Amino acid sequence: MKFPYTEKVLEHFKNPRNVGKLEDPDGKGLEGSPACGDMVAVYLQVDPDTQVIEDIKFESYGCASNIATASIITELAKGKTVEEAKKITWQEATEELGGLPPVKAHCSVLAVEGLRAAIRDYEEKHGLVSEKEPTTVDVLRSRLKHVMNPMAGLDIIRTELVTKMEINDGVVRILIDLPSNHQFAANIKEEIIEKIESLWDVKEVNVVFTE
Amino acid sequence: MTYLDNSASTRLDERVMDAMKPYYFDTYAVATSEFGYSMGIDAKEALGEARETIASSIGASTEEIVFTSGDTESSNMAIKGVCAALKKKKGEHIIVSKIEDFPVLNTAKNLEKKGQNVDYISVDSEGIVDLEELKSKIRDDTVLVSIQHANQEIGTLQDLDAIAKICKEKDVLLHTDATHSYMRVPIDVSKIPVDLITMSAHTIHGPRGVGALYVRKNTPLEKWMDGGFQESNRRAGLENIPGAVGFAKAVELVTEKETEFLASLRDYTVKRVFDEIPNVTLNGSKTQRIPQNANITFHYVEGESMTLHLDMRGFAVSTGSACFSRSLEASHVILGIGGDHERAHGSIRFTFGRYNSMEDVDAVVDAIKEIVSNLRAISPLYNK
Repeated sequence: MKFPYTEKVLEHFKNPRNVGKLEDPDGKGLEGSPACGDMVAVYLQVDPDTQVIEDIKFESYGCASNIATASIITELAKGKTVEEAKKITWQEATEELGGLPPVKAHCSVLAVEGLRAAIRDYEEKHGLVSEKEPTTVDVLRSRLKHVMNPMAGLDIIRTELVTKMEINDGVVRILIDLPSNHQFAANIKEEIIEKIESLWDVKEVNVVFTE
Repeated sequence: MTYLDNSASTRLDERVMDAMKPYYFDTYAVATSEFGYSMGIDAKEALGEARETIASSIGASTEEIVFTSGDTESSNMAIKGVCAALKKKKGEHIIVSKIEDFPVLNTAKNLEKKGQNVDYISVDSEGIVDLEELKSKIRDDTVLVSIQHANQEIGTLQDLDAIAKICKEKDVLLHTDATHSYMRVPIDVSKIPVDLITMSAHTIHGPRGVGALYVRKNTPLEKWMDGGFQESNRRAGLENIPGAVGFAKAVELVTEKETEFLASLRDYTVKRVFDEIPNVTLNGSKTQRIPQNANITFHYVEGESMTLHLDMRGFAVSTGSACFSRSLEASHVILGIGGDHERAHGSIRFTFGRYNSMEDVDAVVDAIKEIVSNLRAISPLYNK
């Protein structure tokens, strides 16, 4: 049989590690991708003294890439401190899995985001978050680094799909170097909006395509 | 491998291969005129006989059948041909349904980009075209209505008779893509006033790359591919004689009894799934449905995960999930019947063919029952 995935991806897909829910978790994150419909939930149990992630569980409503990445992420995060776990990247997870098809990048990024959302939730609940910062172009850039360009399997910032970013009075305008009828245009737009609209001071997100 | 994706393509029947072989090794000449050499005349006769078989399968006459390279070409030929022929005489408006397969849908979209006016007709929750909307959208400059006979994903059958009557009353040509109903649900052109029909061999255990377009006598159709004068100057290109012979053989091999058997496989699949797996939805119509198709959404799980698990256990099926498609787009058919992303996300299409059995159905339902239960156990949406 011939599958588009590495042995390790298939192994984690068939036998995902750390699946399930934690009762009364110290932190939990639920991330969804409107583009493809996948969802992932991550639950954390953290030692308050050492800040070490003692237990981690995930649930997935997603495809093989999503399940396998979530599984490997929980393995990578378990036993690390919250600060260390924050730094786990999508690239690291993908490398650990021996690679993923580029078009599946956004399904797997979701797993990393699930972990980060759970950590953020933990920090917020435990008073570890710094003051609210106003959204700047730099904030937008860092958010858009989580939106994948499915043609390249890299984010839309690195692949220079974003040609302009503006924010004025809470109204964000993002220029994308793709025609609006491109096969991935609608997906990319949805993901950009999803990543940015949750920022506390953003009122409106406009994604503009070049025609 | 248990193959349950027979609407994508089917396994070739050996008897079809046997019928085709002589036209590769013995009678391999091009079809010549009756004044050509004998091998060419034999080839021409074989092509003529194949044409007769296809024609009589829908109650047409032989000169109304054009052989093509398959359903994609047939639908391109029909839509582009009529639009080009009637552009100056009548207008530039066409109507298609929202759930057409890509040969019709993308031909319409491409023509739209070049200035054609296109209306996309809605369907109801079972995938049945809104006839009132169709009536209201037909205009004086409408040159063609193209509505499929059966849907490629959810298997919904349209009331072709009613659609044809509407078109006839308004004096508009009607094309139907019958790729997924051909030889399973009869169409008789002597009774139903449809003008153009797309057919394909690959869905009935015939060879790939062979199809036909039925063109009712006197239907204005401009040639859209340039080249030689084959097929009465309607389709340029060397005739695929072994293909046409194989197509005809495949048509001869389909029996009513077999079609009934496929319907029993479909009904048994739906029954077992609904009896044994909670939270499932049948996509399409219970009654207006082709015999070989069952399309079911398993809620709270994702389609590509299911198909990959099934593949690892030796079953081939397809899904409308965005994760499965090359474009990352959820099925336009499921979205068209008012389903959301979630409905498409967990949809599985089972399509049956000659080489399937009741045991196959039992095995795949047993497998999917276990897979769905395992995937629901890790789904954040499922209340355990």
